[in-house]
Amino acid sequence: MASPTNHLSSERVQQTPSKKRILLLFAHPSMHRSEANRPLFHKAQDFDFVTAVDLYAEYPTFEINIEREQQRLLSHDVVIFQFPFYWYSTPSILKEWQDLVLEYNFAYGQNGTALHGKTFICAITAGGKEDAYRAQGYNHFTVRELLQPLEQTAMLTGMHYLPPFALFASRSAAEQHRLAQHLECWSTLLTALHNDDIDPALTSELVTINDLLLPSKSLPTDAMDKGDS
Amino acid sequence: MTAYFIQAFIYLAAAVIAVPLAKKLGLGSVLGYLIAGVIIGPVWGIVGEETVTIQHFAEFGVVMMLFLVGLELQPQMLWQMRNRLLGLGGLQVGLTCLLISCAAFAFNQPLSVALAIGLIFSLSSTAIVLQTFNEKGLTKTEGGNNAFSVLLMQDIAVIPMLAFMPMLAMPELVEAAKGLEQAAEHHEELSLVAGLPTWGYALAILGSITGVIVLGHFLSRPLFHYVASSGLREIFVAMALLLVIGIAALMSLVGLSPALGTFLAGVVLANSEFRHELESNIEPFKGLLLGLFFITVGASIDFAVLSENVALILGLTLGVMLLKAGVLWLLAIIFKIADSNRWLFALSLAQAGEFGFVLLSFTLQHHVIPPPIITILQLVVAISMFLTPLLFIFYEKFVVPRHQKAADEQAFDEIVEQGKVIIAGIGRFGQIVNRLLVANGVKTVVLDYEVGQVENLRKVNIKSYFGDATRPELLHTAGIEDASMLVVAIDNKEAAKELVHYVKHTYPKVTVLARAFDKGHSYELRHAGADETVNETYHSALQLGVVAMKDLGIHPFYVEQKRQTFVKVEQEASEELFQKWLTGSDGQKFDPSYRKLFMQLESNIKEAMQRERGDKHDSGERGWTPPPKGYEDGFD
Repeated sequence: MASPTNHLSSERVQQTPSKKRILLLFAHPSMHRSEANRPLFHKAQDFDFVTAVDLYAEYPTFEINIEREQQRLLSHDVVIFQFPFYWYSTPSILKEWQDLVLEYNFAYGQNGTALHGKTFICAITAGGKEDAYRAQGYNHFTVRELLQPLEQTAMLTGMHYLPPFALFASRSAAEQHRLAQHLECWSTLLTALHNDDIDPALTSELVTINDLLLPSKSLPTDAMDKGDS
Repeated sequence: MTAYFIQAFIYLAAAVIAVPLAKKLGLGSVLGYLIAGVIIGPVWGIVGEETVTIQHFAEFGVVMMLFLVGLELQPQMLWQMRNRLLGLGGLQVGLTCLLISCAAFAFNQPLSVALAIGLIFSLSSTAIVLQTFNEKGLTKTEGGNNAFSVLLMQDIAVIPMLAFMPMLAMPELVEAAKGLEQAAEHHEELSLVAGLPTWGYALAILGSITGVIVLGHFLSRPLFHYVASSGLREIFVAMALLLVIGIAALMSLVGLSPALGTFLAGVVLANSEFRHELESNIEPFKGLLLGLFFITVGASIDFAVLSENVALILGLTLGVMLLKAGVLWLLAIIFKIADSNRWLFALSLAQAGEFGFVLLSFTLQHHVIPPPIITILQLVVAISMFLTPLLFIFYEKFVVPRHQKAADEQAFDEIVEQGKVIIAGIGRFGQIVNRLLVANGVKTVVLDYEVGQVENLRKVNIKSYFGDATRPELLHTAGIEDASMLVVAIDNKEAAKELVHYVKHTYPKVTVLARAFDKGHSYELRHAGADETVNETYHSALQLGVVAMKDLGIHPFYVEQKRQTFVKVEQEASEELFQKWLTGSDGQKFDPSYRKLFMQLESNIKEAMQRERGDKHDSGERGWTPPPKGYEDGFD
């Protein structure tokens, strides 16, 4: 079991000084009711290295412009899917987006190398508590396990997969004043991705990427242990 | 005749020069008129004696103003605001009046004079305050909202005040006036009620008021309808004037205040479909007459009195303003108006208002206050109004920055201020737009020039107004200044184009959406400045085409994809055609090269529709294209 002692590796920065551009594909079909995703999305818009796309706003009738979306992928180094976790998967427009944009000979197939070497990560908000997402909980699987179709998609298309950035029990996050810290972590994550500070190899055992981002936890003894939150 | 022309010229010239200048300096139009009057009167002395005669005539502007105030007051709105109106507004008028009366009493004024002074200074300047709020974007703030309720209450309170003033008349002043009148030519006022006993008088008054309400409610509609259906605008203007003048005449005949009568008529008509049209017709008359009134007030200011009593007048002004602001501050605490809003509320309403002038000239006529005191009070009212812009500057420079920090810390609660939408034309097209918007809680103001259409819509509870939306005054009364959008759906092609052009150039912030009849019209509308156009038949025709294809047995989802492709290619084509159209000269917007391009693009659409799957550089069908057969072997 890997135990990353220095998770925000400073070495990598020196190796690749070029800054990464981030494409944030955001899907929330009910923005006016959103409590967690909306501030997350707005926060991301503040960074000039993030291209924040509200898919439901841009394609309200699901008429996704394949050409435009592929150009966006080509001009960014990091792809983030930001969405509320619906039935252990993405809202439908993100599935539509995958079905349409990840074409043969673009994303996969003999000449499909457009995404090779990019980084992929999901930023999700889940209604259930963190305890529910494990073998003993009522959801039986961790969020990382449930997101395996996307992990495999990243693998097939040659992207580095990072464990999801997750907010659990999202319906009560605002009332319990957990949003501020989550937003703080979100900024840290986006900046780290931009600076290419995260080594995918060190995250392969993590369920979520959250623990890497908390300023207080500089030395997590076991990244898998989430019982304390 | 020549003398009249010269007089009219002097008054108009003074107004035309002074008012825009005053507005530019942030003083507002009321002060502009006053300054104009001061310049042509006391300063240059080009006008003199006739000002008093003109003032009586100009007071009719006040009557019109109250008619317009009435028109703005829909009974439901008043009911919704009742707490703030009666609580906040009522207490403001009552407390201020009481305190100022006491002060005046302490200065050895008789009780009736003190009371009249209290009433006069309890009012603030609706004209200056609302205009400044608009200019500085403060209308929607909490302070602005509350100030508005107080001003509204004051406007309403003017009516009983006008009725009440004559009862305060001082016998010795009346006597003195009578003596003068007998010395001069004696003239009898026309009156229906002169010889009646008290009960008959009461009956006549009651009858007239009931008459105004009942006739206003039942007779006005068919009458307006009849006049409007003639389609002659000037007759409608005549009709509107007839209404106001007629009611004023009736009220004078039974010895009531004409202002009261027109105000009532205004309230009765506030819900009528002719409201905006009436407003836009009366508005210019009212504006000019009121302007004239303020000029005469300015012209009759006695500077000798000012220079003799500088200390007294300045002292009184400061005293009145401090007292008014104090009362407002207290009310703000009671009604929990906090922080910068409390400052705004207290500062904005601390002056005396234009109704103060009206009441002052009224008290002069009815011998309530001795003339020397009136001269001094007029100066106090005027100076307090002059100081108001300074108070707003104080608010912006010192109050806002201090409260800004606190406001900044309250983070992300997005308040999307959604302005209303004006819909011009409520025929087949505009109706559907309106239904969708209203069903989603968007505020709309619907205008149409077809009386029958407006009537039909009113029957099914769609709030609409009779009026020609292509007229700037009507757009103004419908509130185009603070509307966020205009939907143009009128049937006249040319007029639609002009309307788009006018609104886009006069109010660039207003989004303009327009219904186009055909492609050519849509280009013209876009050229005129429309932000978006939709061809009236395009989408419904396409929908019928979709139904046809489905009925022919083609898979519905495949048909849907084809529809989307069609729209996409058509949109690109249309854009190209538009650019081409723009370069074409006026006479030949559909010249041969345009026609050639059109045919070319038509064949492009066809080609895009028939393109084979698998070619990923097509702009046509791309979605859900399966990978080629046997591709799975390549992965091992």
